Amino acid sequence: MPQNEYVERWQKLHGKRFDTEERARKKQAREHHRQSKDAQNLRGLRAKLMQQQRHKEKIQMRKRIKAQEERNVKSNSGDAEPKAAVPHYLLDRSEATNAKALSSAIKDKRNEKAAKFSVPIPKVRGISEEEMFGVVATGKKTHKKSWKRMITKPTFVGQDFTRQNVKFERFIRPMGLRYKKANVTHPKLGVTIQVPILNVQKNPNNPLYTRLGVLSRGTIIEVNVSDLGMVTTSGKVVWGKWAQITNNPENDGCVNALLLV
Amino acid sequence: MATLLPPPTKRQKTAAADKAREQQEIQSIPDNLGSVRVQFFDQATGSVTGPAVSVPVADASVKNLETLLNTLQGNEDDERVPYRFTYQSDAKDSATIDILADLYHSLLQPGIKTTEDTIPLYFTPQAVFRVKAVSRCAASIAGHGEAILATSFSPVSSSTMVTGSGDSTARVWDCDTGTPLHTLKGHTSWVLAVAYSPNGAMIATGSMDNSVRLWDAKKGSALGGPLKGHSKWITSLAWEPYHMQEAGRPRLASASKDSTVRIWDVVSKRIDTVLTGHKGSVTCVRWGGTGKIYTSSHDKTIKVWNAKDGTLIQTLNAHAHRVNHLALSTDFVLRTAFYDHTGKVPQDDAEKVTAAKQRFEQAATINNKIVEKLVSASDDFTMYLWEPETSNKPVARLLGHQKEVNHVTFSPDMAYIASAGFDNHVKLWNARDGKFITTLRGHVGAVYQCCFSADSRLLVSSSKDTTLKVWNVRTGKISMDLPGHQDEVYAVDWSPDGQKVGSGGKDKAVRIWRN
Repeated sequence: MPQNEYVERWQKLHGKRFDTEERARKKQAREHHRQSKDAQNLRGLRAKLMQQQRHKEKIQMRKRIKAQEERNVKSNSGDAEPKAAVPHYLLDRSEATNAKALSSAIKDKRNEKAAKFSVPIPKVRGISEEEMFGVVATGKKTHKKSWKRMITKPTFVGQDFTRQNVKFERFIRPMGLRYKKANVTHPKLGVTIQVPILNVQKNPNNPLYTRLGVLSRGTIIEVNVSDLGMVTTSGKVVWGKWAQITNNPENDGCVNALLLV
Repeated sequence: MATLLPPPTKRQKTAAADKAREQQEIQSIPDNLGSVRVQFFDQATGSVTGPAVSVPVADASVKNLETLLNTLQGNEDDERVPYRFTYQSDAKDSATIDILADLYHSLLQPGIKTTEDTIPLYFTPQAVFRVKAVSRCAASIAGHGEAILATSFSPVSSSTMVTGSGDSTARVWDCDTGTPLHTLKGHTSWVLAVAYSPNGAMIATGSMDNSVRLWDAKKGSALGGPLKGHSKWITSLAWEPYHMQEAGRPRLASASKDSTVRIWDVVSKRIDTVLTGHKGSVTCVRWGGTGKIYTSSHDKTIKVWNAKDGTLIQTLNAHAHRVNHLALSTDFVLRTAFYDHTGKVPQDDAEKVTAAKQRFEQAATINNKIVEKLVSASDDFTMYLWEPETSNKPVARLLGHQKEVNHVTFSPDMAYIASAGFDNHVKLWNARDGKFITTLRGHVGAVYQCCFSADSRLLVSSSKDTTLKVWNVRTGKISMDLPGHQDEVYAVDWSPDGQKVGSGGKDKAVRIWRN
């Protein structure tokens, strides 16, 4: 028997105290008071830790409540009739048919000429060259003239890129900050999928950044959406589509983008 | 040291390969190969036809083989039939090889067979007429206020078509001019199924409002009120085959979600029989030419009923999930009854019945026996090929789809089965033994329906990806891509005379395609 399980040992020998249940109940009843007191009084790191834990607990609780609620609701997917007319062979299928919201949505959008140039994030904070580039000063010659730059932001580097000769390489895009995939959200469908980035269309800060493939907030990238199975009006499969980056990839370690439909 | 040439660039390599391929095509058959023995087999029955024949390799082209086979079968000059020849190896994986131009390039040159062997050739008679692939949208007709859910051409000709729509009307269209003929108003909810009677005089529509209605196809007027009886919506309709109908008393079967099938006397508008027994929604009903009714249901079974008294003959169990669709090998003949490709229509009713009966028997007879085959598509990703006449067990299980199979159809010459699945593919199968032939890839969305042309040489498929595609059955390649619909295409039909294809879908416009 492990050394520290003395309570269990005692209980095995002598049985539980007579008021065990009562004490447990009271302790549980006091728990909320304790939490509330802690929440008000803890300071510093302890407060932080407590908040983190509470946060996690609450997420779990919400999930459980949601699951419970879903169980209570009668499954309406089976019998509910779809609103739009569908042929008989699609009638009893509960498949997500919302994947179609997109094509009509796209069409509506195309009709609005103005919508053509509007993007979800119209303005972004400028990024200066000082912030973007670190000066590389390794080696005597490079040190003397300081013409080599290391890009300090995440970048997209195409697959067929080969580095130039060290002597001519003016910009270094670190391997650790290169991204190949983006989490792209379809605004109408509300689905997010991870898709490969094809190229960087425009970085609003500086054409040079576009050329270097810098991924910053507000950058327009082209992504491969062949998985979505979209087709043009002429029946061709759409596979490249533009998306705008919505987060700061340098802070988050991932690229989140919104599809421009 | 000798100078080493640099390896050829990619461009050089592709150019060389192209050149080689071109040269290969020009190559003719070497004339020193002597002759090869050929044994003909009938594709429909698998039986030997004629003795093994020795054919000079240099002359063994498809044209010559056709002539030879016609002679062997004793066909007169005016009744010569074009044939298609295929080679099936005995090996397990046995791919079917189509003899495209001649034996040498298809079999001997690739080393599949040598001149020493006797080559077994399976022949399939082809239609004597040829349907041209539809290639353009002849008309896009607005009119329906909601999505189009079902469509059907008249068996009489390709000039009229009926569509059922979500706006609770069915409309009859004049396809020659691309104009609406009649609007069939009466239903109070979506029209889910439409069916022309085999003689083309009546139209039956089944609706979400649980009723079936009958219309005069010529005048577009309602024939009486709704046929009430079902307690859930109608999923499928089937007319009694023309040659089985009692004179002046055609009947109609309607399948419904309420798990019954009702047989209506069309003239008196009464229920003739109710086929109860299914435990789930009945998805499809087919009326066979031998007096049997086939129904498929969500309860995983297919039931075969006697059309005369409504008794259950057989229950076919094999599927592991709901059965979506049925197709009969004789569907096309039953649908068109006495209307054949010559366009000659018999004068009086008795002649029509005999003509219809003769057409049916001619089409369905294999080895001097009338055989009606059945294929069923299911949500369990498979299909089964049945011969209900002989056995309760399936002839073959058709494996290959990776998602639910929604639609299945026999080719008019009964040589092929085409199946459309939600896995974006259409697959072709041999209708005799259910062997896989090829996959028609090209759609990027679920394929909803497919339809053969009357000569079985072409296939059109409609898909969620807003396109129709016409496929060449023989090569398994796309023959024509028909974009134009703005949204999902729910229904497609190829007119029995092969002139036009009609389609409709979520974009509310009926489109008529022709060559």
